[in-house]
Amino acid sequence: MNYFFLFTLFRRLRAPLISLIVVYSVSVLGFVLIPGVDDQGNPWRMDFFHAFYFVSFMGSTIGFGEIPYPFTDGQRMWTLVTIYATVITWLYGIGKMLALFQEPAFNRLMHRMRFRNGVERVEEPFYLVCGYGMTGSLVVGRLAKRGIRAVVVDIDRTRIDALQTDDLRYSPQGLCADAAKPDVLNDAGLQRSNCIGVLALTNRDEVNLAIAITSKLLAPGRPVVCRSESDVTTANLASFGTDHIIDPFVTYADYLALALASPYHHLVYDWLTNPTHRTLASAYQKTQGRWVICGYGRLGRALHRSLRHSAVNLTIIDDNPKPEGLEVEFVQGLGTEAVTLEEARIHDAVGLVAGTANDANNLSIVMTALELNPKLLTVVRQNLDSNAAVFAAAKPDLIMEPGRIIANNILSLIKSPLLSEFLEAMRSKDEVWAHTLVNRMSAVAGQRELDSWAFSVGEEETPALAEALNQGRCVKLNLFMKDPRSSRDQLPCFPLMLKRNGELKLLPGELTELQLGDQLLFCGLARARDRMNWTLVNSNVFSQVVGDPDARGGWLARRFRSWGF
Amino acid sequence: MSREKVIFAFFIVLALTLNFGFFIGQIDNPDHHNEYEFFAALVVSLIATVMKFGDRTHIGAVLLATSLVADLQLVAGAVVWGLAEHVFAGGMSPAVMASIVSLSGGALLANLTSVILLMVETVLIRR
Repeated sequence: MNYFFLFTLFRRLRAPLISLIVVYSVSVLGFVLIPGVDDQGNPWRMDFFHAFYFVSFMGSTIGFGEIPYPFTDGQRMWTLVTIYATVITWLYGIGKMLALFQEPAFNRLMHRMRFRNGVERVEEPFYLVCGYGMTGSLVVGRLAKRGIRAVVVDIDRTRIDALQTDDLRYSPQGLCADAAKPDVLNDAGLQRSNCIGVLALTNRDEVNLAIAITSKLLAPGRPVVCRSESDVTTANLASFGTDHIIDPFVTYADYLALALASPYHHLVYDWLTNPTHRTLASAYQKTQGRWVICGYGRLGRALHRSLRHSAVNLTIIDDNPKPEGLEVEFVQGLGTEAVTLEEARIHDAVGLVAGTANDANNLSIVMTALELNPKLLTVVRQNLDSNAAVFAAAKPDLIMEPGRIIANNILSLIKSPLLSEFLEAMRSKDEVWAHTLVNRMSAVAGQRELDSWAFSVGEEETPALAEALNQGRCVKLNLFMKDPRSSRDQLPCFPLMLKRNGELKLLPGELTELQLGDQLLFCGLARARDRMNWTLVNSNVFSQVVGDPDARGGWLARRFRSWGF
Repeated sequence: MSREKVIFAFFIVLALTLNFGFFIGQIDNPDHHNEYEFFAALVVSLIATVMKFGDRTHIGAVLLATSLVADLQLVAGAVVWGLAEHVFAGGMSPAVMASIVSLSGGALLANLTSVILLMVETVLIRR
């Protein structure tokens, strides 16, 4: 494929090159054959060397004069012919070449080649991101913050241009092409060993499906995260082992259901997955009662399914007639007018979900409903990222953005698989437990972003810790929460979970002794993660934190100390 | 019959025949080796090289390689010739002629390989 580019170039330039060779050789031959005279007037013939020399500088119109002896009229006549012939051939050749470089097809080929070479030069682990819309750009930006690279494929030229101008910490590789094609994915490094995962985030289900199946067939071990917006696609994706399938509507419906059923669990979930988490105060709102859902599309259906078993009553408003077999209260209408909302008894409802596919309608629904019932809890679906400012100004309690939901989900998957295990295990705990946890998180992070990270104790990830454990030293969990810069200070973080031999221990005590093979999940501020990493990897820092003066310094320094210096 | 194939084969075979015509004769006798024939062989070899550009098959790549070898040998011969005639004081001598002819002999082998490959390719085509 790499040579394909050169082949095309040469193939297109075949005619100009051959005409150049022919014109040059005829010109040279002419000068060799035409008789001339030397400076003494003796008959003289140019040889090939002088003829080639003369034609070379004449053809490029430099013109050093008649060399080596002044020409006869016959030679001058031939010079006239050759001047025009060579100049025209050069113009033809250069014109052909410039036209080739202007051609869109050739340009695409060139971009493709540059992209492939760029991907080949990426040495660090990277994610292959297909689709650089709102979700894709969020994921790529946040991956870059964690120091993980991404290779991006998108079918839209403007999005790839946006990628080049977005402020990332590295210069990303982006290609404008159809990601559903296997050769595009291959060029984007699907089969490279440092590709750590494929994220199929385009806004078309069939493209995501094609990406997922291609990567599962070409690189079976590669984790695939795929966005899906319909149950059919989700089932299809699951059938061939897609690792993670994220349906934004189902995910959001579950998220909202959690918020209604157990506000503190919801807050823990929100703080751990959402970088701009909700405030602690939002848990005090009244959520139990009747909810009005405007729009019975994908979101409405998912909400209905998620809320079916909870204590929440629903009233659904939709423009279409009532579907068969729907056993909840139903009002036909858009919901943008007061009449419809009053018919749905908005006055005694506790919450409203404006979940239609039209942003202007959603805003109108929220504004009208708040006029009728100012105490209403409002959840509004935002379809387009460009409308963010308007949605923020409307001040709803929750804004549901499909793109952001997928991005947050993917990031929590990327942070650590332990995080989703923790969120799953947390459901068995009661609200008091969750409340305590949220308070603790709030004390650590406040309004800042709560990061989370994981490591497993072993040679590979934590060499310094493994060395200490191998020496039979007893290492307690609280050691890692000390600031390596000043051992009296604590890092702003705490352990969430300890996984030992497949058993999960939520919120392990700080005096727990560590063993080889333990997996730990921490949450806290991002800077704590960096500092903790320092202690885990560097044995000098480790000894400093432990307070072991004998182990400080390099091999030489230790040797000197042991000699008694 | 395609016109392109005729032109292609024509230049490849012509490169070989011209090369052979120059090569044949007593190796160190300048009278046996015509400089016009050498010029023609060089030009036709260059044209044959350009004709081979743009073929993505494996055999196309090998054909291109043989042509490049022939060009290299002939250009080296031309440079030796030019140096002997114009730059060094000695002028054309049997020793210089011998080295030019032996260089063209190398080009002859490369051209021969090229023609053999062309024949192989032709035989392999199923009618």
